[in-house]
Amino acid sequence: MAYLITNVSVLGAEPRDLYIDGGVIAEHKGEEPDHIIDGTGLVALPGLVDLHTHLREPGREDAETVETGSRAAALGGYTAVCAMANTSPVADTAGVVEQVWRLGREAGLVDVQPIGAVTVGLAGERLAELGAMADSAATVRIFSDDGHCVADPRLMRRALEYVKAFDGVIAQHAEEPRLTEGAQMHEGEVATRLGLTGWPAVAEEAIIARDVLLAEHVGSRLHVCHLSTAGSVEVVRQAKARGVRVTAEVTPHHLVLTHERAESYDPVFKVNPPLRTPDDVKALRAALAEGIIDIVATDHAPHAVEDKECEWAYARPGMVGLETALSVVLSTGSLEKDGEIDWDLVAERMSRTPARIAGLTDHGHDPLPGAPATFTLVDPAATRTVDPVETASRSKNNPYAGMSLPGRIVATFLRGEPTVLDGKATK
Amino acid sequence: MIKHLRDAGDLDAGNATLILDTARELARLTGGREVKKLPTLRGRTVVNLFYEDSTRTRISFEAAAKRLSADVINFSAKGSSVSKGESLKDTALTLQAMGADAVVIRHGASGAPHRLANWVDGSVVNAGDGTHEHPTQALLDAFTMRERLGRLAGLNVTIVGDVLHSRVARSNVVLLATLGAKVTLVGPPTLIPVDIASAEVSYDLDAVLPTSDVVMMLRVQHERMNASYFPSAREYSRRYGMDGARMARLPEHAIVMHPGPMNRGMEISPEVADSPRSTIVEQVANGVSVRMAVLYLLLGGK
Repeated sequence: MAYLITNVSVLGAEPRDLYIDGGVIAEHKGEEPDHIIDGTGLVALPGLVDLHTHLREPGREDAETVETGSRAAALGGYTAVCAMANTSPVADTAGVVEQVWRLGREAGLVDVQPIGAVTVGLAGERLAELGAMADSAATVRIFSDDGHCVADPRLMRRALEYVKAFDGVIAQHAEEPRLTEGAQMHEGEVATRLGLTGWPAVAEEAIIARDVLLAEHVGSRLHVCHLSTAGSVEVVRQAKARGVRVTAEVTPHHLVLTHERAESYDPVFKVNPPLRTPDDVKALRAALAEGIIDIVATDHAPHAVEDKECEWAYARPGMVGLETALSVVLSTGSLEKDGEIDWDLVAERMSRTPARIAGLTDHGHDPLPGAPATFTLVDPAATRTVDPVETASRSKNNPYAGMSLPGRIVATFLRGEPTVLDGKATK
Repeated sequence: MIKHLRDAGDLDAGNATLILDTARELARLTGGREVKKLPTLRGRTVVNLFYEDSTRTRISFEAAAKRLSADVINFSAKGSSVSKGESLKDTALTLQAMGADAVVIRHGASGAPHRLANWVDGSVVNAGDGTHEHPTQALLDAFTMRERLGRLAGLNVTIVGDVLHSRVARSNVVLLATLGAKVTLVGPPTLIPVDIASAEVSYDLDAVLPTSDVVMMLRVQHERMNASYFPSAREYSRRYGMDGARMARLPEHAIVMHPGPMNRGMEISPEVADSPRSTIVEQVANGVSVRMAVLYLLLGGK
């Protein structure tokens, strides 16, 4: 199938036509396309890349599957997602990562790049077979115990060192477990009032500080998952100034939601790390604009109804985010220049840099002639009111219910094949 | 009147004062009588839904409901469908189907009454949720202070001990601020929560005693003693326990309160607990009156 997209703005530039045939983008030289998409008013972005997605398969197919999560991702403008390892069984062997990778290929909606566990069973005791996962068909390069911190400093050092052999990166869930025992929400005035055990900012900052020093010591790459505090921003800033090879992500929800949301005791707002203060939100937005925080990653965490429709303390932490990520980021105004959306910066934070960190060489290319036809079309003028029921995900734990957000994904292409057209998934 | 009493924040000064005044009236109507029963809630159903063992609070609510002639159903988590893994929501729907007019809930998770209120049509009364609140305790404490000292506005109330884990302290801080008293929290810094609003904080009990009208001692849970909040029970007792010498530093009129059950010799010495300044037994009696007033007003009794 050949597609002609007319009058579309690539990354905010003057509108032009794009011709898509054979999986690549070409100049339109008058060929007759099979389909024409009117791109008037639309912006073309390289397909978004999510470095942090929970697809729940294998194990919790009632909450999400590789296929449903892939569909939600495509509808959100993503062309690649990195699937976290905390499945059941844990993705700590070549067998499990290859299973997830294969399921992703079969769904064919986004490239599903499995992340491997750092330690066997996420137990934090001994290294999983990182090399076997790296050499598998899934070619794993990112390793993470996400959901758990690799808290043992010696184990973390070894992991950082070991993955140098295949240019791997450790993505750390930064949470000192002894400082967060029983923690339910951000430690502060709201937690005090609500009688919920606090999750202090220092529990994150202390691990990031330790890990940047370890990464510096052994000369390895470190990626910080879901950075959530102003103090963490300063730790990463100093490390980058010293030349430490550290990258960091922020989630959409930490850019807009704050700990006051817990006042309802509605666990849809329970997430780990927890929603922080307005001052933290301000610092995270500034750090994302400045580049101290390199990327936005969703931490899309679908949960079954019964795991959220309960007491706050018993609920599982996490919120869905794939279908709303771009809109939420646009709503913050963080990626603007002179009051206009800086589309090049959007591409940098949500596509090119995550693709580079993950080693996904097919992704993160500006949609211009000669590039792979892996991109998304956004209508920046559209607004939508979020309804948790309108989702491709199996789960409805959406914290943005009722919010009016800017931007709408009109189409997404993966290697020349549309995964989304007219805002609807093609399969 | 409000529909639910989920926490002390549900009460403005007018409603709080109405509850205290009603409690006094109900105490007068039933006190000294051979038949301590009023017909006001006849035919209404009050469910005591207790996920934690608390004989004292449960029998206080039970007595309050029965004195108002309500039908009382005690639903204890142990040996019930709850111990088989039934969710709070499903339990709520069951109670709803049985026609509960009020559910009195004691639960280990903070905010459980707020969640419950989403799922039942009747009134929800918080009888203690996790480390959050215990609003009827704060009401009975305020009632006791007002009976003993004649007023609440302008009183200096010192709350001593494990404020961090205390639902009694949280409810008292909120309610006393609503009613115009000044609260000072005293305890080791490890047991004072961060960023607490509407209260002063001191780490020096002796310094605040001479200006305190009320000193409320909190129970120290045994499980705190091995969790590095303080070095030892003896050191805690020396620094933050109420003994005879400290009681002597209080103004003549000051009272000493304790929500019970006490650790005698730990946070409070027998000399203090059994002194005329102690209101501990009155608090229990006042608890029934205050809970009668809460049920009466929430259920719109006539």
